[in-house]
Amino acid sequence: MSGIATTLRPYLAVCAGRFQLTLQYRAAALAGFLTQCWFGVIRVLIFAAFYAGGAAKAPMTLGDAITYTWLGQAFLVFLPWNADPDVTDMVRSGAVAYERLRPVDSYAWWFVRAMAWSSARVAPRAALMVVFAGVLMPLVGLGKWGLAPPPSLAAAGFFAASAAAMVLLSAAITVLINIAMVRAMDERGPNILAAPIVNFFSGMVIPLAFFPDWLRPILRAQPIAGLVDIPFSIYFGGVAGWSAVGAIALQFGWVVVLAAFGRWALERAMRRLQVQGG
Amino acid sequence: MPQILVEELTKTYRIAERSPGAWGAVKGLVRRRWRTVEALAGVSFQLQRGELVGLIGPNGAGKSTTIKILSGILEPTAGRCEVNGLIPWRQRIRHVARIGVVFGQRTQLWWDLPVIEGFNLLRDIYRVPQDRYAATRDELVALLRLDRLLDQPVRQLSLGQRMRCEIAAALLHSPPLIFLEEPTIALDAPSKLAVREFVGRLNRERGVTVILTTHDMHDIEALADRVIVIGGGKILADGSFAALRAGVLAERRLFVDFAGAAPALEMADVRVVAASGQQLELAFDPRRITAPDLIARIVAAHPVDDIHVEEPLIEEVIARFYDLHGAAEP
Amino acid sequence: MDGLRLYGRYVAASIRAQAAYPGSLVMMISGQFLVTIIEFVGIWALFQRFGHIGGWRLGDVALFYGLISVTFAIADTISRGFDVFGSVFVKTGAFDRLLLRPRSPALQLLGYEFRLTRIGRLSQGVGVFTVGAVLTHFTLTPAASAILLFAIAGGVALFCGLLVLQATLSFWTVESLEAVNILTYGGEAAAEYPLNVYAAWFRNFLIWIVPIGCVSYLPMLAAMGRPDPLGTPGWLLPLAPAAGFVFLAVALVVWGCGVRRYASSGS
Repeated sequence: MSGIATTLRPYLAVCAGRFQLTLQYRAAALAGFLTQCWFGVIRVLIFAAFYAGGAAKAPMTLGDAITYTWLGQAFLVFLPWNADPDVTDMVRSGAVAYERLRPVDSYAWWFVRAMAWSSARVAPRAALMVVFAGVLMPLVGLGKWGLAPPPSLAAAGFFAASAAAMVLLSAAITVLINIAMVRAMDERGPNILAAPIVNFFSGMVIPLAFFPDWLRPILRAQPIAGLVDIPFSIYFGGVAGWSAVGAIALQFGWVVVLAAFGRWALERAMRRLQVQGG
Repeated sequence: MPQILVEELTKTYRIAERSPGAWGAVKGLVRRRWRTVEALAGVSFQLQRGELVGLIGPNGAGKSTTIKILSGILEPTAGRCEVNGLIPWRQRIRHVARIGVVFGQRTQLWWDLPVIEGFNLLRDIYRVPQDRYAATRDELVALLRLDRLLDQPVRQLSLGQRMRCEIAAALLHSPPLIFLEEPTIALDAPSKLAVREFVGRLNRERGVTVILTTHDMHDIEALADRVIVIGGGKILADGSFAALRAGVLAERRLFVDFAGAAPALEMADVRVVAASGQQLELAFDPRRITAPDLIARIVAAHPVDDIHVEEPLIEEVIARFYDLHGAAEP
Repeated sequence: MDGLRLYGRYVAASIRAQAAYPGSLVMMISGQFLVTIIEFVGIWALFQRFGHIGGWRLGDVALFYGLISVTFAIADTISRGFDVFGSVFVKTGAFDRLLLRPRSPALQLLGYEFRLTRIGRLSQGVGVFTVGAVLTHFTLTPAASAILLFAIAGGVALFCGLLVLQATLSFWTVESLEAVNILTYGGEAAAEYPLNVYAAWFRNFLIWIVPIGCVSYLPMLAAMGRPDPLGTPGWLLPLAPAAGFVFLAVALVVWGCGVRRYASSGS
C-alpha cells in the first residue's frame, strides 16, 4: 500500500499545486465567467432567432440547442486550446530536458498535470454556470432559456461516464500539443493552430449535428468530437441508449489510442533532446 | 539662481489598512482605516548648475520619492520645488524635455529594436533637430564605444553593453541635468569603471548636472564631491564625503606583515583589530597619531616585510552613519 | 501633426521588428485567419439548415459580419498598448518611463505595437464581406463607401475607447480586467448578426450603452439602402458612427483623470 502511495505522491502534489494556483485567480475566474455568460446569451438568442424562422430541418429542439450552449460555456476551459503553460515556458527557455530529472514517468506526469490544470480552472466556472443557467434562470421564470436537466436518470448516468472520458481526452490532446511544441522547439505554432481545429471539430462552434447530414458520420467519429459534441448530446438525450454506450466506448477508445501514441511520441522527442543536449 | 531648488518638501501617503484574512477583507469593504506614511518630512536643499551630487540613504528613506518629485512624475503634499525654473509636476512635458533619467534596473530602449532604431525614436520623441542629433549621437557612440552594438536588438546585449546604451539614450537630447539611479548595478568591473569615468567626464567637461542615487559607495566616493544623505524622510547630512567619514569613523587601518611571527603589540592610541600568522591589522585615529609616526615606531621596533594603510570600508562608514541617526532600514 | 509623424515612426519601427521573423509572422497571420473563418463556416452551416434569420439571408449577414470583423481587426492592430497597460506598464512601474518623456502617454501607448498579425482577421473580414456583397448584389457606390468608411472609423474609435477605459481601470486593479473583454470581443461577436434578431433589451444595450450597433448595424443598413426594421429614422443611420467618437472622447477624459491621480498617489 505504501508503495502505491509513494508512487502517487508527486502526481497528487501537482494536482494540489494547480488547484491552489487557480484559487488565487478568483477575480480572473469571475471575469471569465461573466464573459462566458455573455457569449452564452448571444448564442442562445441567435438560435432562438433562427428557430423562429422555421425549425423544419433542425436536428434538435431549440431547448436542446440552448442546453448544449450552456454546457459548452460551463465546460469551455476543458477545451485543449494551448499547451500546458509550464511546458510553453520550458520550450521558450530551452529547459525541457530538465523534465527528465524528475523521478516520474514523463508521459504520466504531463497527463496528470494537464488534467489537474484544466479541472482546477473548470470547477469554479462550471459551478457558477450551472447555478446561473441551471438554477437562477429557471427561478426567475427563464427556464426555457436556461440549462435544462437531463431528461432521464439513464441520460445523467451516461453523461457522467462521457464527461469522465471528456476530461481524459482533453488531457491526452493537451499532451499531444505539448509534444508538438517540444518537437518544433517553438511555442508559437501548435498554440496557434490548436484552438481553431479544436473549436471546429469538437462541436464548440456549432453542434456537429447542424452540419450537413453527409458529413455527420465522419465528424462524429473523429476524436475531438468526444470533447464537446458527444458528452453534451448524451446529456440532453440526443444520443441515447445503445448509441450512447457506443459513443462513450468511442471516446474511451480514442483516449487509449491518443495516450499510447502520445507516450511513444514523447519518448522519441525526449530521446532526441537528450542526444541534442536539451 | 540655483538649478534645483527644494524647500520643505513633504510627501505623505495614505495607505488603507487591512486586517489579514477573509474577515478582514470583508471589514475592509465596510469601513476603511487609513494609515499615514510620511515618506518625506520637510526636505530642503539647492543644487547649482554643474554639480555632481550623490543622493544616498537606506531603503525606504525617501530617496526615490525625492527623485520622483524632482523628475516630475510625483506630486508632493507640501513644499516648493523648482528645476531649471520649472515646477516639475505642473509643467511636466516642458520639464522632462530637459532632463535625462537612467534607471539601473530597467531599460528605456525598445527590447526588440536595434539600438540605433531606439535612438532614432527617441530623437523623434524629444524633437531633436536632425543635425544636432547626429552630432550628439556620433559623439556618444564614440565616447561609450557603441559602434558595434548599434545594429543589435537590445535584448541581445549584455548588461554592461545595455547600460552604456542606456546612458547614451538618456543624453541624446543633451539635457543639462541627469538623474542616475543605480547605474553600475550588476555590472562587471571594467564596465563599472567605464561608466564612472564617462559620468565624471560628462560632469567636468560638459558641465552636466548629475544626481547620482546608488547603494554602491565606491561610485559615490569616486564621483561625488557632495553627498546628501536622506533617512526617515529627512536630510541627515549634506556636504563632502570626507566630512561625512570624518564625522562618523575617523579611524584608519594599518596592515603590517612582519618578518617573523606577529608580536603582541601594546601601543597607546592603537587597537589590534585582527591577528593572523604574520599579519596584524591595527586601528588608529589619525588625529591622535599620524600614519607616518605610527609606521616609523613599528618599523623601529620590529622587522617588517610590508605595510599598507586603508580607510575602513566605505560600507562600514555608511552603515555606522545610518546607525548613529537611527535611520537604518527596519 | 508632429504627433502623427511620431506615430508613423512608431508604426514603422514596430513593423520592422515583426518583419524580422517572417516565418513566425506568416504562421500567426494564417492561424488568426483560420480561427476567424471557422466561425463563419459555422454560420454558413446554420444557414444551410434554417435558410434565414430575422428576415436576413446568408449574404446579408455576411455583410454585417465582414464589417464588424474589419473594424475590430483594425482596432486590435493599434490598441495593444492599452490592452496590456496593466500588466506591462502599471505592475512593473514602466509607466513612470512614459511620464518621463515629453509626450502624452496615450500617444506613446498607441505606438507601443502595431500588430501585423491582425491582418489575419482583417483579410477574413474582407473575404466574408466580399462573399456577402456577391450574394446580395451589393454595389459599392461612393455614398455607400463613405458610409462604410465612417462606420469603420467610428467603430475603431469605439473599440479603442473601450480599451482606454480598461487601461484606466488597471490603475486600480490589475486583475478582473478581462471583464472588459465582454464588451470588446463580446461586442464584436454580437455585432456579427444584424441587431434586429436579438431581444429588445439586448439590442438597446448595444445601441445606447455601448454603442456597437451605431458603428455596425445602423450604418450598414444605410449603405444597403434598407430601412431599419425597427423604425430608426433614416437620416440617423449614416450618422450613427459619431457615437463611437463621442465614446472615445469620454474615455480619454477619464484616462486623463486616471493619469493625474497616479501622479499624486505615486502608486
